[in-house]
Amino acid sequence: MPILKVRNLTKRFGDVYALNGVSLELSRGEILGILGPNGAGKTTLIHCLLGIIVAIEGTIKVFGKDMSTSRGDILKRMNFAASYVLLPLSLTPYENLMVYALMYDVERPRQRCIEVLKLFDLYDLKDRPARRLSSGQMMRLCLAKAVINEPEILLLDEPTAGLDPEISVRTRKLFRYLRDEKGLAVIYTSHNLHEIEEISDRIILINKGEIVAEGRVKDLPERYAVRNLEEFYFKLLKNEH
Amino acid sequence: MSTKRIFAITLRHAYLYRRSLPRLLEIFYWPTLDLILWGFVTLYLQRSSVGLPKYVSFFLGALILWDILFRSQQGISVSFLEDMWSRNLVNIFVSPLRLSEYIIGLIVLSILKVVIAFSVMSCLAGLFYSFSIFKVGIGLIPLILNLVATGWGIGIFTIGLILRFGQETEVLAWAVGFLIMPFSAVFYPVDVLPPVLQKIAQFIPSAHVFEGMRSIINNAEFPTDHLLWASSLNCIFIFSAVWFFAAIYRIALRRGIIPKIGE
Repeated sequence: MPILKVRNLTKRFGDVYALNGVSLELSRGEILGILGPNGAGKTTLIHCLLGIIVAIEGTIKVFGKDMSTSRGDILKRMNFAASYVLLPLSLTPYENLMVYALMYDVERPRQRCIEVLKLFDLYDLKDRPARRLSSGQMMRLCLAKAVINEPEILLLDEPTAGLDPEISVRTRKLFRYLRDEKGLAVIYTSHNLHEIEEISDRIILINKGEIVAEGRVKDLPERYAVRNLEEFYFKLLKNEH
Repeated sequence: MSTKRIFAITLRHAYLYRRSLPRLLEIFYWPTLDLILWGFVTLYLQRSSVGLPKYVSFFLGALILWDILFRSQQGISVSFLEDMWSRNLVNIFVSPLRLSEYIIGLIVLSILKVVIAFSVMSCLAGLFYSFSIFKVGIGLIPLILNLVATGWGIGIFTIGLILRFGQETEVLAWAVGFLIMPFSAVFYPVDVLPPVLQKIAQFIPSAHVFEGMRSIINNAEFPTDHLLWASSLNCIFIFSAVWFFAAIYRIALRRGIIPKIGE
């Protein structure tokens, strides 16, 4: 049973279609990887799913509710992190998390902040202003904010950009753990094919605002007669051009 | 409406001010400088002019009241800019926070800033020039509330403009308030303005407040007419500003402005 259903989503900026008839579904406990070159429409899709960009056509239903009419209720059960969105640098990790714990109506916010700080190895840095964190620590803080409300759906737009490989691996492990233990569903965009292949259950390839391929990670290479995801990616984009 | 979410907005900025000495000083710095500068000008005028004993009340009273309007407006527009500068707006607008809760959160901040600035200026005016704003009387309170409301209207209107036109228009956060200053007749009566400007001033709520203040100081009369005008105009101002901001927000959602703002 999908918890997120997108039908025929279309968004145009001027004459350019950022999304053109995109339809997709996401089930509880599923990690959906979204691949595509720069300008393909990945970020616009994420922003539409969050309701900060309104599509010109199509519907988004989350938890059976329409995004256009029940955005507030839906967003309580979702969260988001991206490499291009920061948190206030003058605030400490604890303060940043506390603000968002309140914003998401989290019960026992102090306790939850501490839990999340520990989960992302930020507890020892909890009282240090965020401007004194490394870029990797800052990204972990953004990810910590993204799970503060124990979301059922998490939208991550290139979340590991700027993270060193070791932390990247640990972060992906953590999201797999949250998927397995809490049934977290994730939409994950990245330029890193290896990363997408490793973390995703299913992949969607977007180009020029349209879905050009979709399938389970293990089925795609066989279906497209390629050896791995990298070949699949370049083969499809080449065909598109 | 969630008080928790409104408190979150206020707390975010309270944390910011607690940790940032320059921002904290900014609340005190300009009011203090203004007060010192205008205070000495006022003393000079008072000593060199005969028959104008109310200079101190006029100028310092007007200065303190103008600062109330300015701080009230800044409490909204600069707080919005802080979220824009920290590239945090997307996080805020993808949370369950409603637009109305965000605006109320900014209004609470604006009240806090006004209370701090008003307290500092009142104390300094008493300390340096033996002037007490409270001597003007209890009639001043509804006038002050009206100035705060005018500041909210201007502040909400300004953040609408910044949201629509982006970071390059951030200077509006300081400029828009001053745009109404000449029509507000802060330091002079409305009747010194040319007739056309007098007509405009009639529709500026702050002009009625300052006229009201002078009426209290000069004639010890409660300025009922000015108060009614100011209150009615403020209702229209605030309603229009909120409507404008909500309309701009809808445009921003359609045009995909929010994720790009601050870039």
